[in-house]
Amino acid sequence: MPFTIKVNGETHDVDVDGDTPLLWVLRDVLGMMGTKFGCGMALCGACTVHVDGEPVRSCITTIDSIAESSITTIEAIGRTEAGAKIQQAWLDLEVPQCGYCQSGQIMSAAALLASNPHPRDADINDTMSGNICRCGTYVRIRDAIKQAAAS
Amino acid sequence: MINHGGSQGSCHNRQGGADSVSRRSFLQVATTLGGGLVLSLALPAANATAAVDAGKFSPNAFISIGGDGKIVLTMPYVEMGQGTYTSIPMLIAEELEVDLNQVSLEHAPPDEKLYANPLIGVQATGNSNAIRGAWQPLRQAGATAREMLVSAAATRWNVDRATCHAERGQVVHAATGRRLGFGELAAEAARLPVPENVALKQPGDFKLIGTSAKRLDLPSKVNGTAVYGIDARPPGVKIATLSQSPVFGGRVKSVDDTAAKAVKGVRQIVRLEDAVAVVADHMGAAKKGLDALVIEWDDGPNAALTTGAIADMLEQATLNPGAVAETVGDIDAAMATLLVKVEASYHVPFLAHAAMEPMNCTVHLRKDGCEIWVGSQVLGRTQSVAAKVAGLPLDQVVVHNHLIGGGFGRRLEVDGVARAVEIAKHVDGPVKIVWSREEDIQHDMYRPMFFDRLSAGLDKTGMPIAWSNRFAGSSVIARWAPPAFNNGLDPDTTEGAINLVYDLPNLHVEYVRVEPPGVPTAFWRSVGPSHNVFVTESFMDELAAIAKQDPVAYRLSILDKTPRAKAVLQLAAEKAGWGEKLPERVGRGASVQYAFGSYLAQIAEVEVSKEGKVRVRRVVCAVDCGTPVNPNTIEAQIQSAVMFGITAALHGEITVKNGRVEQSNFDTYEILRIDEAPTVEVYIIPSAEAPGGMGEAGTSAIVPAVANAIFAATGKRIRKMPIDSNALSLPG
Repeated sequence: MPFTIKVNGETHDVDVDGDTPLLWVLRDVLGMMGTKFGCGMALCGACTVHVDGEPVRSCITTIDSIAESSITTIEAIGRTEAGAKIQQAWLDLEVPQCGYCQSGQIMSAAALLASNPHPRDADINDTMSGNICRCGTYVRIRDAIKQAAAS
Repeated sequence: MINHGGSQGSCHNRQGGADSVSRRSFLQVATTLGGGLVLSLALPAANATAAVDAGKFSPNAFISIGGDGKIVLTMPYVEMGQGTYTSIPMLIAEELEVDLNQVSLEHAPPDEKLYANPLIGVQATGNSNAIRGAWQPLRQAGATAREMLVSAAATRWNVDRATCHAERGQVVHAATGRRLGFGELAAEAARLPVPENVALKQPGDFKLIGTSAKRLDLPSKVNGTAVYGIDARPPGVKIATLSQSPVFGGRVKSVDDTAAKAVKGVRQIVRLEDAVAVVADHMGAAKKGLDALVIEWDDGPNAALTTGAIADMLEQATLNPGAVAETVGDIDAAMATLLVKVEASYHVPFLAHAAMEPMNCTVHLRKDGCEIWVGSQVLGRTQSVAAKVAGLPLDQVVVHNHLIGGGFGRRLEVDGVARAVEIAKHVDGPVKIVWSREEDIQHDMYRPMFFDRLSAGLDKTGMPIAWSNRFAGSSVIARWAPPAFNNGLDPDTTEGAINLVYDLPNLHVEYVRVEPPGVPTAFWRSVGPSHNVFVTESFMDELAAIAKQDPVAYRLSILDKTPRAKAVLQLAAEKAGWGEKLPERVGRGASVQYAFGSYLAQIAEVEVSKEGKVRVRRVVCAVDCGTPVNPNTIEAQIQSAVMFGITAALHGEITVKNGRVEQSNFDTYEILRIDEAPTVEVYIIPSAEAPGGMGEAGTSAIVPAVANAIFAATGKRIRKMPIDSNALSLPG
């Protein structure tokens, strides 16, 4: 059945089953490829997007649960203050390697910074341990979040 | 994966690095793998289409300068996070005299003649070999192009060529202040003969090499615009996902697709001999369709297989002689005279790659051609397997390479490409096949399992005079590059077990090749050393403990013949504060290795809880990788490789029961997370030697460092991976 969703300020009509995960609507229906598939079970965080500013795993968020909520993806996170700071810190400290998980890392980090402008190590662990990086960029992720918080 | 210094026997070139990555080994491998390989460092010419493009200057296959001044560098190695799309341009730009922000990059197309790594004779990105392979030829490529541009300018100005020089994409005549951009000179330069043997800069003249130049691929990786294979989206593409026989070698017995076909968005069910794919409008529908399939499998000959049985098979195999990989002195005579004899056996498991980008491949198969969109470490092999499966000539297969969301050796294999083309044969129009995470883990090709039997003899001062090692497991090279497997040996499986950095007057190492049934094996980050360095550096630690000596001092006393190894161990120990008193259940462990042309030492500091949980708190690493091309990338690669190794040490194990891989997703195949990640300090020893490889060395070095630190903290020796927490818990 048709759903209307709001992504990065634009509305889209999509005709998929209600139990379709948001991830596949973004990627395969709308062609927004910045949000990544990693596990399909909310175990790795690669697919993280914001729904009304809250980080969610889009691989298990069904399209029928979104309703009027606003979705923000990696393509637009730079329009938020926290997102822009995180992206800049990621560039300054050269965090990404293969880069595949980094959309999700940035979305999680941006949400953390938006809700907690001065996260401690324990806060970083709590939030960011949901995001796997197989390249193991964790040292720089931690440093970059701290730099973004100080900027 | 192929070229290693001093393989299969006697002498070991300890100079490390590209020039020496053992010329002997290079020639040996090149002539065996060779088919048409050019052994000299002559530069491959530009391909035909580029050459005929009027006004464009393409003196070789790596550089193209348009009349508009656009400089395009073609990357023969693929970017999978290791920073090659920055370090390779640095080598070219250093000699070409352009700034990195003046160049744009292109993925090289498949072409084994133009883009093979000169060290291994295959168009492959692996074995930490890109910088080593590119060091001479790509600087030469830049220098040659620059010389032609300078000559073109000197001719135009009618001045002595020696009075002109290039800088930042221009040729300058300093005496008159005249300048011409490279683009303005392109057409004239293209008409000049290509000079040979242009002199390269001396290290003291480097402007870019040795700097932490910013990575060129990062802006796209922080804003979501980086395009990986899985992001390919040719017009009209359908999305497919698949279920393959859960037992390797099994077949589809029957499929009931009634419910699957009823799923909204499902277009087609493709049944193959050993797999079923669901083609749909989007992955959500494809997955839902796959879940709705009822598939009955014929499990075939491996239906009862277990990893325990394979482990037993390997252990048994080490009771019989293997191929002699290295022998020094007289091991039997030495053992007979020694006071203390030490024996131990070690075991490492199968490991999955679990790159974050799940396996995928997009194919558009037509009657007269095939297009492939994929991220691959082996472009030429991708093209040839697609041609073979599609039944088309090679030149009718076009491969679009992409950024790779994690390689680690997985994408040195083309099984996924073959599978995708098989499916595409049944589909009208382009189709993207995406493996679920479960399929990716359960149908990986795994780092081999090994069993090792070691013994050593110590003299009355406790020093090792005799060292013997016999190990058994799969040879990946024997399948991947059969000509490089000779006399029962290959250079990868033995790297880290032979040509040790230590002075051991009597040494004997044998390898027994055993291919496990039902479990395909493949290269995995740090390959041979991932197994061998754990074993040798753990066993050396055992010997130090039996000799009641400090493990670092013990190692240093037998490192005189390899001063670069000695220097990295001394530096790492000093920076780590080796010898400081530590709290209870906290320990430090050391390792030192020569692998991939680089010397590396690590000190790991671990804390073991009462329950036996291991936390790696801090890692200190000292490296001598020859000329450091980009220090920031070297640091990043070590940070990365350390996490990869700790993941394996703490969590990594693929087990098989009833022929089926038991792990399936990140809940059962765990990857290190940020809350478990140590701090990592990296110290680089300055050097003007040719560069060594840096992508993998940190992985093999960290595993024994952690195991040895656990011994220091608890007195328990780790001889089996992954580390068993239960064995480390305190009673009560």
